[in-house]
Amino acid sequence: MDSSTKREVILEHYQNPVNRVTDDVEGYVKVNSNNESCIDNINLFIKFNDNKIEDIKFSGEACAISTASTSIMIQNLIGMDIDEALDYINNFTKMLNDEEYEAKDFKDAVVFDETYKQANRRTCVTLPYKGIIKAIEDYKK
Amino acid sequence: MNREDFPIINDNLIYFDNAATTLKPNVVIDAIDDYYKNYSVNIHRGEYDLSFKADQAYANARLTVAKFINADEKSIVFTKGTTDSLNMIVDGYFKDHLNKDDEVLITKSEHASNVLPWFNLAKTNGIKVSFIELNDDLTLSLDNIKNSITDNTKVISLAGITNVIGDIRPIKEICELAHSKGILVVEDGAQSVPHIKTDVKESNIDFLAFSGHKLCGPTGIGVLYIKPSLIDEFKSVEFGGGMNESFDSVDEVYLKEAPTRFEAGTPNIAGAIGLASAIKYIESIGLDKIHEYECELKEYLVSKLSNIEHIKVINPNTKSGIIAVTIDDIFPQDVGYYLNKYNICVRTGNHCDKLLKDLIGVRNTLRISLYFYNTKEEIDKLVELLSDKNKIISEMI
Ligand SMILES: Cc1ncc(COP(=O)(O)O)c(C=O)c1O
Repeated sequence: MDSSTKREVILEHYQNPVNRVTDDVEGYVKVNSNNESCIDNINLFIKFNDNKIEDIKFSGEACAISTASTSIMIQNLIGMDIDEALDYINNFTKMLNDEEYEAKDFKDAVVFDETYKQANRRTCVTLPYKGIIKAIEDYKK
Repeated sequence: MNREDFPIINDNLIYFDNAATTLKPNVVIDAIDDYYKNYSVNIHRGEYDLSFKADQAYANARLTVAKFINADEKSIVFTKGTTDSLNMIVDGYFKDHLNKDDEVLITKSEHASNVLPWFNLAKTNGIKVSFIELNDDLTLSLDNIKNSITDNTKVISLAGITNVIGDIRPIKEICELAHSKGILVVEDGAQSVPHIKTDVKESNIDFLAFSGHKLCGPTGIGVLYIKPSLIDEFKSVEFGGGMNESFDSVDEVYLKEAPTRFEAGTPNIAGAIGLASAIKYIESIGLDKIHEYECELKEYLVSKLSNIEHIKVINPNTKSGIIAVTIDDIFPQDVGYYLNKYNICVRTGNHCDKLLKDLIGVRNTLRISLYFYNTKEEIDKLVELLSDKNKIISEMI
């Protein structure tokens, strides 16, 4: 994907994110994710069912990259079972850190394949993943 | 002005985050370098010449600070910074002087460092922390202070200049009012001491805290000023070497005189020396001139920003170098990233004023904070970059 297409995809997800809500969602697990060094602050609401991620919604305020990353993550993870999700996240994180990774179908998430070049924005991309990993680990227990 | 004094300043860097910390001039770097290269030994060990030299430099640094704010030397305690000083004020003095239901007055535009030590004392001692109401423009009026004072009010703790709104508080008048009712006043001088003349005798302030790094000095050094009449009642918060006269047992510990009894352990000698050289440097330019120039820059910036439809200046009228803005439909941090691409440093977020969000109606702003080395040309560049909303959106990611 060329960089102008990437920018368009990010902007589209930022301006029209998937499953954004303003209030808490009943019957969903809630996790908060924030970054120490910046002001991004989002809540994820996850509905698990039989080891599957049935639905994810989010609320909060964050920068364009964090918001787009959250939206893309939600789009990609809904419907996965939790081990599949962890595997996806693991590979995605490797891509983000410029390590060897198994090529998965990252769909829109490929827009972040060069973010490792901007260290200060990598934390923006990983913000929602910190939350979802915590929620999955809690669910596993 | 004086840009040539700063090795970090070049045509490629526009630094507008001076409320967070300031850049360091060569004279400060050289003074610290000189200590580390040529007499980097401990103080309080007068037997050898080098230590005598370090001792003198440390004592002279205290003298320089004292003169700078028109205080006596024994009132000047070296600390790690404003936060450390404010915590010492609360722990060393007010912990023993406030009882349950006694009240401290602050405002919602105080920095976290002038809020949380009081909240903590409220938890442990049961004191009450109340907020003086602010005017619509988020400044503070004497009338509002007057109206907030109750029979239980024992302390008023305020920033001399606030770090988001940038308003100057009339500390002298506040002290007059407070003292007439037996109330003590604490000034958080983090933003005021580096930008406007502070005279503790004229204002009659009881306690003052400030940081070296916000006035062109090094990090890790700050100052606590204690009014002479309150020193005896001010307890040491830390104990150890350097601050004791002698000791034999638990009941026989004899402390040194103030201010040494407030400085346990080897102090930040290089920091004190660097701070003194920063103060001399600032004095050589002149605080009046610095303040006047900052206000001129701010006026210039505000007038230019007021022509840009998508920008709202939150504090156009306060008389300091601090400007907080919001940009329609764009998250401030994204604007920060965008400006970073042009090597412009600004601060975005809540600036440690987490209580202010209710009052300005937005959680986060973009803050431009100026100092004497900023220029109108830099402001022109900033304004040009902010004026095109589409450019911001297309380049912020
Ligand atoms: C008004 C105010 N008070 C206190 C502080 C804390 O200063 P320091 O971090 O140097 O302790 C700051 C610094 O941001 C400030 O602006």
